[in-house]
Amino acid sequence: MAHTKKVALALAFGLAAAGVTGAALAQDMRIGLQEDPDVLDPDQSRTFVGRIVYASLCDKLVDITPDLEIVPQLATGWEWSDDGLSLTMTLREGVVFHDGTPFNAEAVAANIDRSQNLPESRRKSELSSITGVEVVDEYTIRFSLDAPDATLLAQLADRAGMMISPTAAEAAGTDFGLNPVCSGPFSFVERIQQDRIVLQAFPDYWNADAINIDSVTFLPIPDTTVRLANLRAGDLDMLERLAATDVASVMADEDLTIEQAVSLGYQGITINVANGAGADNPLGQDARIRQALSLSIDRNVINQVVFEGAFAPGNQPFPPTSPWYNDAYPVPERDVEAARALLAEAGFADGITITVQVANNPVQTQLMQVVQAMASEAGITIELEAKEFATLLADQSAGDYQASQVGWSGRVDPDGNIHQFMTTGGGINDSGYSNEEVDRLLNEARTSTDLEVRRASYNAARDILIEDLPIIYLYHVTWIWALDDSVQGFVPYPDGMIRLEGVSIAE
Amino acid sequence: MLAFIGRRLLIAIPTIILISIFVFTLQKLLPGDPILVMAGEERDPEVIAFLREKYRLNDPVIVQYFAWIGAALQGDLGISLRTNQPVLELIAEKLPVTIQLATMALVIAMVIGIPAGVLSAYKKGTWIDWVANVVALSGLSVPNFWLGIMMILLVSVQLGWLPASGYQPFSDDPLQSIKTMLMPAFVLGTAIAATLMRHTRSAMLSVLKSDYIRTARAKGLSERIVLVKHALRNALVPIVTVTTLLFGELLAGAVLTEQIFTIPGFGKLVVDAVFNRDYAVVQGIVLCTGVAFIFMNLLADVAYRVLNPRMRDQ
Amino acid sequence: MTSVVDPRAAAPAPDLPKRQSRVWKKLRRNPAALLGGAVVLFFVLVALLAPLLPINDPTATDWLAVRQAPSDKYLFGTDEIGRDVLSRMIWGAQASLLAGVVSVVIAVCLGVPLGVMAGYLGGWTDATISRVTEALLAAPFLILAIALAAFLGPSLTNAMIAIGLSAMPIFIRLARAQTMTVMTEDYVESARAVGLRHGALVTRYILPNIFPPILVQATLTIATAIIAEASLSFLGLGQQAPAPSWGSMLNIAKNFLEQAPWMALYPGAAIFLVVLGFNLLGDGLRDALDPRDT
Repeated sequence: MAHTKKVALALAFGLAAAGVTGAALAQDMRIGLQEDPDVLDPDQSRTFVGRIVYASLCDKLVDITPDLEIVPQLATGWEWSDDGLSLTMTLREGVVFHDGTPFNAEAVAANIDRSQNLPESRRKSELSSITGVEVVDEYTIRFSLDAPDATLLAQLADRAGMMISPTAAEAAGTDFGLNPVCSGPFSFVERIQQDRIVLQAFPDYWNADAINIDSVTFLPIPDTTVRLANLRAGDLDMLERLAATDVASVMADEDLTIEQAVSLGYQGITINVANGAGADNPLGQDARIRQALSLSIDRNVINQVVFEGAFAPGNQPFPPTSPWYNDAYPVPERDVEAARALLAEAGFADGITITVQVANNPVQTQLMQVVQAMASEAGITIELEAKEFATLLADQSAGDYQASQVGWSGRVDPDGNIHQFMTTGGGINDSGYSNEEVDRLLNEARTSTDLEVRRASYNAARDILIEDLPIIYLYHVTWIWALDDSVQGFVPYPDGMIRLEGVSIAE
Repeated sequence: MLAFIGRRLLIAIPTIILISIFVFTLQKLLPGDPILVMAGEERDPEVIAFLREKYRLNDPVIVQYFAWIGAALQGDLGISLRTNQPVLELIAEKLPVTIQLATMALVIAMVIGIPAGVLSAYKKGTWIDWVANVVALSGLSVPNFWLGIMMILLVSVQLGWLPASGYQPFSDDPLQSIKTMLMPAFVLGTAIAATLMRHTRSAMLSVLKSDYIRTARAKGLSERIVLVKHALRNALVPIVTVTTLLFGELLAGAVLTEQIFTIPGFGKLVVDAVFNRDYAVVQGIVLCTGVAFIFMNLLADVAYRVLNPRMRDQ
Repeated sequence: MTSVVDPRAAAPAPDLPKRQSRVWKKLRRNPAALLGGAVVLFFVLVALLAPLLPINDPTATDWLAVRQAPSDKYLFGTDEIGRDVLSRMIWGAQASLLAGVVSVVIAVCLGVPLGVMAGYLGGWTDATISRVTEALLAAPFLILAIALAAFLGPSLTNAMIAIGLSAMPIFIRLARAQTMTVMTEDYVESARAVGLRHGALVTRYILPNIFPPILVQATLTIATAIIAEASLSFLGLGQQAPAPSWGSMLNIAKNFLEQAPWMALYPGAAIFLVVLGFNLLGDGLRDALDPRDT
């Protein structure tokens, strides 16, 4: 409110005249979020929505472009050794953290150390390939690896590469998230849980010229209808995750605009094939039944009915727009006859009943009811078990389920979408899937820096997985942002983040 | 009276302990694992093991309970697993929000409910009775989330009169604060007004038939004095009971209304905490609402004694 | 009931058959109560006859008719995945009415005896019951509901138990307060003085006196319970998809207010009417049952 008043004052005194852009105005940007972020410590944080706040608060060593190219942020350049076992990065000079601590190679070393060794750190697996950190000089750092890691740069473009002030981290310990100190374009002002997170422009930001906004307020508003109402009422400048079914009405509103990008993640049905006793049923034991289920589903109709065509139908861990998508397996057409034939072959000519658990939010329930209706036409009776998310997750992890409708928010590197799900003993392999050849192929794809070798490995793994179907992929979410007309310069990214560089509010 | 209050306060201590044991046990029996939720999408087993140990979730429930109550007695209610914020701080942050919302809603409910109840009892069987009934019931018959959304769409989006949602601290800007909370308080208040109106009407009807009202009328007192001084005063016992209970309920949080209007109060906090299995937060809030309930009940009992001196002392 | 002609009764108590006919006579003279009763009866009949009515399958989907406005084919339009809203309304009446009535029955059957005991016996009984009531009141409804669903599995039945248990304290409190008030009345005190037995005292003086406020509260609680069922459906703990209930229909519909207002209109109207019906009926009953009314 204080900032809104400032804007009003500035306008009243005519300071806004003569088309002075950005910096001269005191502008507060109000952004509606779907959820309240968790702890604001990049090393302890776990939610997607938290990363949206970090995009304004904490700079990373590298960033991505909308086309997923890795580009400099706090590191201006980098070089791999020929054997792929060492990565040398040149750091940006003259950067300071919000508390004035200078950013340099020592700070990077401290950050990597914290991410790897803080017991509460959720970043350990992301940086597990780094075995040594060497401060070469003030602005050069070298990471040594035990084996080549093609995913490392992409990890450094996310939370694992976020640099926090070593001074503040040292002083606050695990309480760092209560008052985070980074080096991003905005610094932390206050947070009221479930109400707001307020950041203000950091005057010493290395790229301050690109920042036209004086402060940004994130407001978690979980209900999509209410979030949109706030935007329409002028209480928000933009919001993330507009409901797909609201796209048409927002497009018809001349005061609002829409930006969208197909996400990096997926939604699908994970099937318990070998995770404890829950796998002991025909669906878990016979791939033909899983194939029949997949064939009974019309992915295009799902997209039209549930998402008004705004999302992307899919059948692989990567969206069809991704360079990693295997064109040999296009999104399949629905084929009820083939599904019935497969069921009969598996010995269930009279049909079969399966249980699928689903998170109890309206959209996922709607999705599964559509799937349920489709599957029933092929002789597969689906019993839906709605659970609240904590229960669903616990049951899934414990193997106490037959099939589960879940998704993945997606990672920049393809490895993040597949390796931990499909390799034997993978951290989030809730399906219990295990296949030596797939393990070999996915590990190869992870350690090779040759794009073609990686692509070939993923394609070969796909040949096997499309038959075994431990996960039936259904669609890829499209991130949809709705903005007030006055907001200019927003660029949609497939990672769903809101980057405020170059964004301004026109008057 | 003082002895009575003192005795009740003494009795309150075991109640609070009972509540805390009850909720603690219930939470531990819930399926779902807070650490699994906290571990994030990656669910690193090493981190999970560490966090279980750190928050003592491997200990027997009884040990966990005594650890919690021991710390609570020293004023430490633990920290939120979700945001690392101390629970006491969270409660201090949400309490004024919830009290403000509950008070505003109750005032709206009383302003509508009590006069409507008195009037409809007095004019029993006439069209005034009918209209009062239907209007009061309308508030109750429309689900809060539905009325809330409709009001946001109409009052904020179409007319632009009030902010659509959110919260403004009273201390920062009292007027803006009241404006922001007017819609949610209205939604809550109208729902409660029906309950209050019906109880008022019911109590008034009984009282209006009683001998002393007849006597008062026979003495030639004016209708207004009969109605307010004699009838309403005697009808107050059930009204006070319902009002205090309603206020206690409001303090526990108007979950859906807070959700729709994005008000950072107890209701929203407790729902998020349950879903994230944020044990310490749930426990802290329940303790707090428990104390509020007991206080409201005590208040109700004291009121009985003030209003009806014939009430036998326990 | 045996003490109807008990000579020791200090106050005149009307005998039972006469009283019943008097209640019915008074109820018949009250058009509002009759209207309320008719509305409730209508919805009860609809709910009971659902399997016999010539309507579409409430779970049959039609991809080509998603969120279609009311038409000749679909009188009430279709919902978010192309199901007939009219069929779902009719079948949903079952779930919603059951949720309302059964949970209130649970609350009354458990709450009233406890409340009367507390108010009548006083002392330790009162203290214990009051403490437990307070503990129940302070436990968030959602924790109770989720815990129940966790132990017993999510279903409409368990939702009703959870709603019933959470509605119980208010009945305990009301019954207790009312009992305590009645106990101070002169005629009760004289009845006690002449040594009327506890059972007779409770059935003749206390129950008839606490009945009106309980009935009023029960009708109001039915409304709350129908709405509570909606919240629980939303959490996955109420009626299980794809089976309908009014509350869950309304919950989904709020996401499509702009695109498909009919999805919210009919369940909203049905909830409104049935709540109004129960209240008008309850109100009429209250007047008819009031023992002091002549």
